[in-house]
Amino acid sequence: MEQARRVISVIVLNEASALSRIVGLFSGRGYNIESLTVAPIPESKYSRITIVTAGSIKVVEQIIKQLHKLIPVLRVYEHEDLVEKEMAMVKIPLSESLGDIEALAHAYNGKIVNVSGDTMIVMVADEPMRVGHFLEAIKRFHPKEIVRSGSVAMER
Amino acid sequence: MQISGAQMVIEALAAEEVEVVFGYPGGAIMNVYDEIYKQSAFQHILTRHEQAAVHAAEGYAKTSGKVGVAMITSGPGFTNAITGIADAYMDSIPLVVISGQVPMSLIGTDAFQEVDAVGISRPCTKHNYLVTHARDLPRILKEAFYLARTGRPGPVHVDIPKDVTAQIATFDYSKEVELETYKPTVKGNMRQIKKAVEAIAHAKRPLLYLGGGVVSSGASDLVRQFSTMTQIPAVETFMARGTLHHSDPLLISMLGMHGSYAANMAMSETDLVIALGARFDDRVTGKLSEFAKNAQIIHVDIDPASVSKLVTAHFPIVGDVKNVLEAMIPLAAQQVDPLRHQPWLNTIANFNKLHPLSYKEEGDRLKPQWVVQRIGELLGDDANISTDVGQHQMWTAQFYPFSRPRQWSSSGGLGTMGYGFPAAIGSKRADMDRVSINITGDGSILMNIQELMTAVEYKLPVINIILNNNFLGMVRQWQTMFYDKRHSETDLSIQPDFVKLAESFGGIGYRVTTKEEFDAALKDAVEKNVVAIIDVVVARFENVLPMVPAGGSLFNMMLEYKEK
Ligand SMILES: Cc1cc2nc3c(=O)[nH]c(=O)nc-3n(C[C@H](O)[C@H](O)[C@H](O)COP(=O)(O)OP(=O)(O)OC[C@H]3O[C@@H](n4cnc5c(N)ncnc54)[C@H](O)[C@@H]3O)c2cc1C
Ligand SMILES: Cc1ncc(C[n+]2csc(CCOP(=O)(O)OP(=O)(O)O)c2C)c(N)n1
Ligand SMILES: [Mg+2]
Repeated sequence: MEQARRVISVIVLNEASALSRIVGLFSGRGYNIESLTVAPIPESKYSRITIVTAGSIKVVEQIIKQLHKLIPVLRVYEHEDLVEKEMAMVKIPLSESLGDIEALAHAYNGKIVNVSGDTMIVMVADEPMRVGHFLEAIKRFHPKEIVRSGSVAMER
Repeated sequence: MQISGAQMVIEALAAEEVEVVFGYPGGAIMNVYDEIYKQSAFQHILTRHEQAAVHAAEGYAKTSGKVGVAMITSGPGFTNAITGIADAYMDSIPLVVISGQVPMSLIGTDAFQEVDAVGISRPCTKHNYLVTHARDLPRILKEAFYLARTGRPGPVHVDIPKDVTAQIATFDYSKEVELETYKPTVKGNMRQIKKAVEAIAHAKRPLLYLGGGVVSSGASDLVRQFSTMTQIPAVETFMARGTLHHSDPLLISMLGMHGSYAANMAMSETDLVIALGARFDDRVTGKLSEFAKNAQIIHVDIDPASVSKLVTAHFPIVGDVKNVLEAMIPLAAQQVDPLRHQPWLNTIANFNKLHPLSYKEEGDRLKPQWVVQRIGELLGDDANISTDVGQHQMWTAQFYPFSRPRQWSSSGGLGTMGYGFPAAIGSKRADMDRVSINITGDGSILMNIQELMTAVEYKLPVINIILNNNFLGMVRQWQTMFYDKRHSETDLSIQPDFVKLAESFGGIGYRVTTKEEFDAALKDAVEKNVVAIIDVVVARFENVLPMVPAGGSLFNMMLEYKEK
């Protein structure tokens, strides 16, 4: 069956156990979560969880129903027409060319955000695929550490 | 009212009008047991194993239609209970299971008798709670009962740390349950219902496929009305036995792996399946791609996740069966011509004639099927029936003349050996006026045999009828058929003396080898009204037939088995 990339948003009550219930649904069925981000929704008792996974239509349909069945879950969306962003931070030795790095980061909605001791930190925020491209391109500046955030998504 | 967490548990159970709790005490739940000692709102039944406490609560829930309640301590008490909880989850049985937990300050420290109980129960409960302060208890307990019985019923687990049962807080149980995130759809979509009735009116060979949801919805009477009015025949799942009266001419029988030839052929030939509270289990469908191949499907289920999970429905209707039928019946009365189905009913009658459910009397050993039929003849509607798991279970589902829903309680989804006896105890507690029969196997009965003590102590005279084949028969059958008769670890030739075993607990035992002896034993046990074991020696190598071999198609049944 066709394994397409899927982005699912789950609106869930802020409860200690909520995340484990959701993650458990995936792990219990042997489905991989590619990335997952959680943050509270301002001025509400809910959090928004954005999950990127892969699966056939039938499998994802069933996951969505099962997610919905969880008692603390308010809503589940599978995104089709969406704006999706992800951020990444990269630590680079100060000995590398600042100007080149600045220019590269700029092309991916980013900049240098911190310089201390003998390293700097660059951040970018862009579509996940483009963040991938950026991380590919940054390799030649000998990154010491890379952190990716996972996706957040919003329906257009 | 300012009371302790332990007192809140008692008050909440009283407010829920719980009349019986099945349980087993231990360190972490002792504060609650101390309050149980002082109260008189409900009876506590001390089972002799936590698994049995949960099964007893299941049997009670099945027979009474109410929420069953079980109580256990932390650690091993809880892990012993988990089989029962998983069983209730698979069969959608409404339970509230309350467990003790180590004090909050010790959680996560590998404390004595600590286990991550909510972590373990999460995938096999409808919902679970770890209570972190007594002030939350009234709300949580009220939600637990509400969740257990509404929507698709199921077990809800509440884990209460010991210090929380000692905390004092305000108890107010009057607040209505308010769950923004949980709103089960009860009323079916009227447009879909109208379309479904139109499809029924146009079908030539419609078939009702009745599942356990009809029983939990309390919709059996409506189903009987609907099928009689429209003259649409019905097959029942294992979980739905008793929905239609066994003598109802429109009832074909059980379908599935060990269903009747006629039921499975009807499913293969129908042009419109009307699935009511049934979940297209693999034991029912056989090979999915061949299941009801010629049919459109109407699927009524309260759980959206059940609809189109395995078989895509042409008319999905999310709602309570009862509600949906109430809407369908007046429409169907106008649109569906009952005479239209006569040729279809004739076809089914022919299937029935061709290969009725049957067995051969041969040799001098009793046939297990005869025993089941005979129990039915002697007790019929006067008995509530539970079973364990194996061949005896299938023969009971096939041959017992069920006459009402909730007469029947058996572990379908999880297939838990050891279910039958404690469930029969719970069932007896729910319905003291009827005889409680557990039809069991020589393997299964030993999985909760300690419950003889519970039944004797609380005067819950369950009659255990062992169809004793000296085998783990169901596994032996597969070994005979599919493993070249290599009967690996299934021979139970070495057995206890079941008569003495029953007697040693204060019950009564019978060993039976003939029909006359069986009749005499059953009549005696019913009359004496005490806990009993009737150990019936039956033909050892009898197979459950017909059979759809795993993964096969319903229309390709093995009707008889010839030893190779
Ligand atoms: C050894 C063995 C052999 C077996 N062989 C067979 C066999 O041959 N045939 C057979 O049928 N079974 C067999 N079973 C049982 C089988 O495993 C399943 O348990 C059973 O088929 C499920 O029955 P069901 O579809 O009625 O669903 P249930 O498990 O009873 O589920 C009920 C469904 O109804 C829905 N529901 C609940 N309440 C409502 C409501 N108020 N309104 C609407 N919907 C509701 C639920 O959401 C769920 O989808 C066997 C079991 C064992 C152990
Ligand atoms: C707890 C548990 N363990 C194992 C099984 C697998 N199993 C299914 S039927 C069966 C044999 C049951 O033997 P018995 O109770 O004598 O019944 P019979 O089939 O002989 O009627 C076994 C071992 C099970 N269903 N449950
Ligand atoms: Mg046996």
